Formats: sequence, structure tokens, C-alpha cells
Amino acid sequence: MQSSYSEEDKAFRAEVRAFVEASLPADLARRGRYDYHPRREDQARWAAILATKGWSVPHWPIAYGGPDWTGVQRFIFEDEMRRAHAPTMDRIGPELVAPVLYTFGSEEQRQTYLPAIRTGQTFWAQGFSEPGSGSDLSSLRTRAVRDGDDYVVTGQKTWTTEGHHADMIFMLVRTNMEGKPQAGISALLIDLKNPGITRRPIWTIDEGLTVNEFFFDDVRVPVENLVGEEGAGWSYAKFLLGNERTASAEVPHTKRDITQLRAIAQVERKNGRPLIEDTTFRAKLARIEIDTMALETAVLRALTAASHGGGAIASLVKVRGSELRQRIADLADEALGDRGLALCLNPEGQHPMFDDGLTSPVPDHGIGIAAKAMFRRATTIYGGANEIQRTLIAKTVLEL
Amino acid sequence: MDFTYTSEQESLRDSVRRFVEREYGWEERFRIIRSADGVAPGHWATFAELGWLGAGLSEEAGGFGGGAIENALIAEELGRALVTEPFNAHVMATQLLAALPVDTASDLTAAIVMGEQRIIPALQEPAGRGDWRQVEARAIGTALTGTKSLVEGAMSADRLIVSARSKDGIALYLVDPHAEGVTLSPYRTLDNRRVADIHFADAPVTLLANGAVAETAIETAIDHGLLTLCGEALGIMDTALWATRDYLKVRKQFGTALGNFQALQHRMADMLIETEMTRSILLSALGAMEGDDPLPRTAAVSAAKVQASTGGLFVASQAIQLHGGIGVTEELNISHHYRRLYVIARQLGDVDLHLARFADATDQAAA
Ligand SMILES: Cc1cc2nc3c(=O)[nH]c(=O)nc-3n(C[C@H](O)[C@H](O)[C@H](O)COP(=O)(O)OP(=O)(O)OC[C@H]3O[C@@H](n4cnc5c(N)ncnc54)[C@H](O)[C@@H]3O)c2cc1C
Repeated sequence: MQSSYSEEDKAFRAEVRAFVEASLPADLARRGRYDYHPRREDQARWAAILATKGWSVPHWPIAYGGPDWTGVQRFIFEDEMRRAHAPTMDRIGPELVAPVLYTFGSEEQRQTYLPAIRTGQTFWAQGFSEPGSGSDLSSLRTRAVRDGDDYVVTGQKTWTTEGHHADMIFMLVRTNMEGKPQAGISALLIDLKNPGITRRPIWTIDEGLTVNEFFFDDVRVPVENLVGEEGAGWSYAKFLLGNERTASAEVPHTKRDITQLRAIAQVERKNGRPLIEDTTFRAKLARIEIDTMALETAVLRALTAASHGGGAIASLVKVRGSELRQRIADLADEALGDRGLALCLNPEGQHPMFDDGLTSPVPDHGIGIAAKAMFRRATTIYGGANEIQRTLIAKTVLEL
Repeated sequence: MDFTYTSEQESLRDSVRRFVEREYGWEERFRIIRSADGVAPGHWATFAELGWLGAGLSEEAGGFGGGAIENALIAEELGRALVTEPFNAHVMATQLLAALPVDTASDLTAAIVMGEQRIIPALQEPAGRGDWRQVEARAIGTALTGTKSLVEGAMSADRLIVSARSKDGIALYLVDPHAEGVTLSPYRTLDNRRVADIHFADAPVTLLANGAVAETAIETAIDHGLLTLCGEALGIMDTALWATRDYLKVRKQFGTALGNFQALQHRMADMLIETEMTRSILLSALGAMEGDDPLPRTAAVSAAKVQASTGGLFVASQAIQLHGGIGVTEELNISHHYRRLYVIARQLGDVDLHLARFADATDQAAA
């Protein structure tokens, strides 16, 4: 047993750090620090830079242009990215859709889609949820009816993250109304420029835009865009969601939030002294740091596949990680005192819901914090709500 | 003991409820919060007409014979619809004036109770983090310099009551917000209310009170303001709780209503417990307001603020959680319940501040 990083891991970290420090453009780092919903140009630019080094798709196999890193290396890479305030990268294409394509897709699909994902040219959305189908995905109703060489798709998808940035959508559709609901589900790759698709933005609690609703009205999709076999979509979706949950512990992001909070607490003052010296504040921060240490090790155990959480380890770290993300954001906002209560729209935003012409009094070190505290109410809902994860843990590990 | 409202109180509550139902629908509220002023023209005059602006003020002080209970009750009903009018600031202003020597204050009170003038207190400063006792603004003679923060209703104020240090300790001043040397910087808070920071540079002011009189008046006004906030929090919690209950009855997943899942039933039960504890501690604090001894009053009010803050955040965050994705949308009221309760939890001092204030007051009372 060796429960600390090996010498190779440390050398790897140093290599990543040196590259990121030398290559991350300052304007990307600045916006990364504010941590509003990232813009597509920033993600694309950074993906292209990383691709020159072969690092844009950390867990892809070498055959498709990935570096084939170990789980621990991927974690270290993510840790360094967050530490440097690199833009949070698009996850949907590289981390969710691509593994499905190189595992289950046709050769043609791999060649068509994977290179453009790797270099940040094509962005994807994940079209699973529908208004009536959230936690119970298998009840989805968007239909795809075979007509000659096409499927004709009709229905509605919602909560599509970054749908307004996306070129393509990875869709779950119903191709068969009979039998068990899961058995009639297929996976389609749909170009969002297809006629018959309309998008509605959904503004969220942070007054930001990241989720969207899509309406599909007799959209024709060539049968080549079916992934794997008709009716097997459910198993691909489960494969994809498993990847989503391990990532959603987001430990590197929480660690970076802790560093940021420490910096804020050195500048902010309470009773005339730096906030960092306030005993109550210290205790709250310490508790979050302790929980993060435990979680980090749990994630590393999962990544080295030696954990006792069994198959539910992804759910376990998702539950704790998402709650920690809320707590750290709330504490950072609390650290800002009065200023944490002011609304502060993204100063470099492209899509303010409305512009009231008012100037927010939030200091530079507080920009983005309140919006983050608001939006993080969603971390315990997306990626499979925490109640669903707890039930899964109870069933699969505790066998209840 | 009797925890039922009098018939006057009931009819006051009904009148606020009717107004809110008629005039403050969800679409209407959106139009209001998106407007330049963030409040509806004419609503304040209606508040005055219906007698709410004096309902929580004793007759000696120029009101209609009520007290903190009436204010909490009005706030509870306004909270249900997330009304953005600065009722809480109004309550503090009237209570500040009521605690000052009668001759200075009574004319002003009459005007604000009738809705003819709006007087807004500016008691906190950015460095104080909600602690109104930390005052750095300074007055030399009748010239005031300093900054006040998060002043609700500042943009429509005819007069401000500002706290500052003077050679005689903390003092309260009446200030014309349009006077030279006064600059307002408006912004929106997370709950879509319009507030301002106010900068004073040798602004001309009129002394209202100083020393112990001023400090006592401030503490009294803050206590009234805190209870109004607690009443508002209770109204929002109660609304979010029952809206969530209703949603769980109709939202179906896995072929059944969400309300059939025991995990969610227990969560709802906890939300109800927090709401009832908030209601109870608020009633207890309203009772303490009637006593003459300031220490138990201080302790009870801070206790109520702590419970309303933590209970409010619990109820609102769970209301979002149980709604799922729809709960984090701007369109649905649930996200706004959360935003308002998030702000209330920190307004006039956060949980840490009120835990300490409670502990200090109980220590002193025990000594
Ligand atoms: C910000 C955000 C981004 C998202 N991005 C995407 C995306 O890119 N693509 C996509 O397809 N989807 C996305 N989603 C959708 C997300 O996966 C769903 O919101 C989530 O699965 C919950 O579904 P729901 O919102 O319909 O809530 P519901 O399923 O209606 O659940 C409501 C509440 O009931 C609870 N509940 C439900 N069933 C049970 C049960 N059996 N036992 C106990 N409790 C239960 C839930 O935990 C939740 O608290 C996103 C959601 C959000 C908020």
C-alpha cells in the first residue's frame, strides 16, 4: 500500500504545471477565476492549445488521440487545470459522448466525430431528460419513427447543458413503444442545425444561461446516426452516466474554491481584523477542508479501483462532492459580507438576461461568487439527483 | 396564554392577503422587479390607505395602536408573494422615531404613516458585515462623512435617518438624500430588490438624538426590523413548503407520485418541523417585545433570527431539491423563495452575529 502520490505522479504533476503555466492565456485564466458559465470560444481555444500537446482528452485511448493516462494522472491533470484557473472544459463531448462513440459507435462515426471533439471544434449536448422524464429516464417519450433511410424524430428535451453552444446532440429516443420501457430506447446523433429543431433558453437561479429546452418537430435523421444497435440505447446511457458521476465529485474544483476562499478571507475583514483570524470562520473552513481531504482520497481510491464502495463508489462521491460544492460556495459568499448579497452579472457576459445599467459594488475578488452560490443548488440535482444516488447505494452496497 | 390572533389582527391579515392576491401575481411581480425602480408605483400609497403603515405602531407614537405582532403579520403575508416594497425599512424608521423624544419625531411619523413622506434608515456600513453597532461614519457639527450600505428603499426616500459617530458618541441624524454631499449608488441584491450604498461627504445633517438615547433607539428599531424579517421569512417558508407538498402530489416519476417516496415524505416532515419551530420562536420573541427588560428581548429576537435564517435556508433549499431541475429556474417562484431567504439570513446580521448576540444577552441576564 502507498496512500500518497508516487515519485512518477509528482513528476507528472510538475510537468503539467509547467505546461499550463506557460500556455494558459491570461484572459482565459481571468474568466476562469470568475467561474461564470464558460464561453464556447474559451473552451475551444484552450482545447486547441491542449490538443497540440496531446492533452485535450485525458482519458481517451491512444488510438483516438488520447494520452491514455491512469485515473490518478487524470485527476492530477484536472487538479492542475483548476489550480491555474483554466476554463472548465466541455465535458459532454470529450467525457460523455466520445467514450460511447469509441466503445459502441461505428467506424464511420468515430472518424466523423472524434477528431473534432478532440480539438474543440465540435461541441455536444446531452439530450436525455424530458419534462416528464427526469429521475425516471426510462419513461422518455421523444419518438423516432423509421421512414426509409431516416428516423423522424418528434418530441421535447429539456435541461440540455450548453445546448446554446452545441453543434450536435446525443439523444435518447424511443424507437419502440412495446415491451419494457428501457428496451425501446435508442441513441441518435443529431445535428442541431437540422430543420424542425427549435431551442428555448432556460434562465436559472443565478440569472445565467446554461440549460436549454429543445423541441423536435418531424426532424429527419439519417439511420447512420444511430449508435450501436436499435433498442440498446439504455445500456449506452448507463455507461455514459457512470462516467458523469465519478467526474461530478469535482474535488479539484472544490480545492481551488478553498484556495480562493482563503485568499478572500485574508482581504475581507471582520471586527477590524482579517476574516481568516475569526474563530467561527476558521472552524467552518477547517470542516470543509477536512471533508475535502476525505473525499479526495475516496476519489483516488475509486480511480485506482481498490475501494470498498463497490460499483456505487461513483454515487457515493457524487453525493458528498455535490454537497461540498454547495457548502464551499455558500461560505465564500458569506465571507464577502454585504457584498455577497449584491447581484453581480458576469462582467464579460454575452447573454445577460437583462441589463439594468446598475453598477454592482462587488470587488474584484468577489466577482462570480454569489452567482456560483446560487447555481450550485443544482449540483445535488443534475447527474442523477442525490436521492436517487442514495437509493442506489442502499440497494447495491448495503443490499437493502 | 393565547396564541390566537384578535379579530383586528385577523382582518389586518386578510386585508394584506387580499391585496397580494389581487395586485401581486407572479407575472406582475416580474414586471415590477424588471422595472427601473424595482417597486410598483402606487403600491405604497395603497399600503398607507389600508392602514398598514401605522398598524404596528402604538397610538402614543402616532400609529394605530398595534406593535411588533402587527408588523410581523403584515410581513408574513407580503413574504408569501415576495413583495419587494421596503416594508422592513419602514418599520425600522417608525420604530426609530417612536423611540426618540416626541417633539422631534411626531410630525415626521404622521407624514410617513400617511404615506406622504418616506423615511428610510441607513444604519449599516460595508465593513460591519451587517453589524449595525460598527459605525465609522463621522459627524463633525452638522457635516457627515462616511458610507452606508445595503440601504433598501433609498432611491425613493424623502429623508434618511443615518447613524454616525459624533463627539457625544453614536448619534442619529436626519438627512436629505438630495442634499449636496450625498451620493447614492444603486444596485440589485440577489433577491431582486433595489438597494443603494450611500456616500456622505460633508453632507448637511440635522441631529435627532445622541448618546444612550440614540443607541437605545437603534437597538429597538433593529429588534423590530429583525422580527419583521422573521415574519417575512415565515411567510416565505410556509409558502414554499406547501407549494412543494402540492408539487409532490402531482409530479409523477417511476409510475407514481413523488409524494409516495418515503425519503421525500421525511424531508417534507423536516421542512414542516423547521417552519413550525420558526413560527414558535417568532411568537416567543413577539411576546418578549412586550416586556420592559431589554436583555430577554435581545436574546429572544436574536434567537428568532437564528432559527428563521437556518430554518429558512433549509426549507428553501429542500424546496428546490424536491422540485428537481424546475426548482432552479428563474421562471418558477421556488428559486426566488430561496433567493429572498438567502438574503434575509444575512440581513441585519448573519447567524454567527446573532448566535453571539444571543449568548451575550443570556450571559448578562444570568449574571
Ligand atoms: C443545471 C442542470 C443541468 C442539467 N444538464 C442536463 C443535460 O445536459 N442533459 C440532460 O439530459 N439532463 C440534464 N439535466 C437534468 C437532470 O438530469 C435532471 O434534472 C435530474 O435527473 C432530475 O430530474 P427532474 O429534474 O425531472 O426531477 P424529478 O425526477 O422530478 O425529481 C424531483 C425530486 O424528486 C426526487 N425523486 C425522484 N424520484 C425519486 C425516488 N424514486 N426516490 C426518492 N426521491 C426521488 C429527486 O431526487 C428530486 O429531488 C440537468 C439538470 C440541471 C438542473
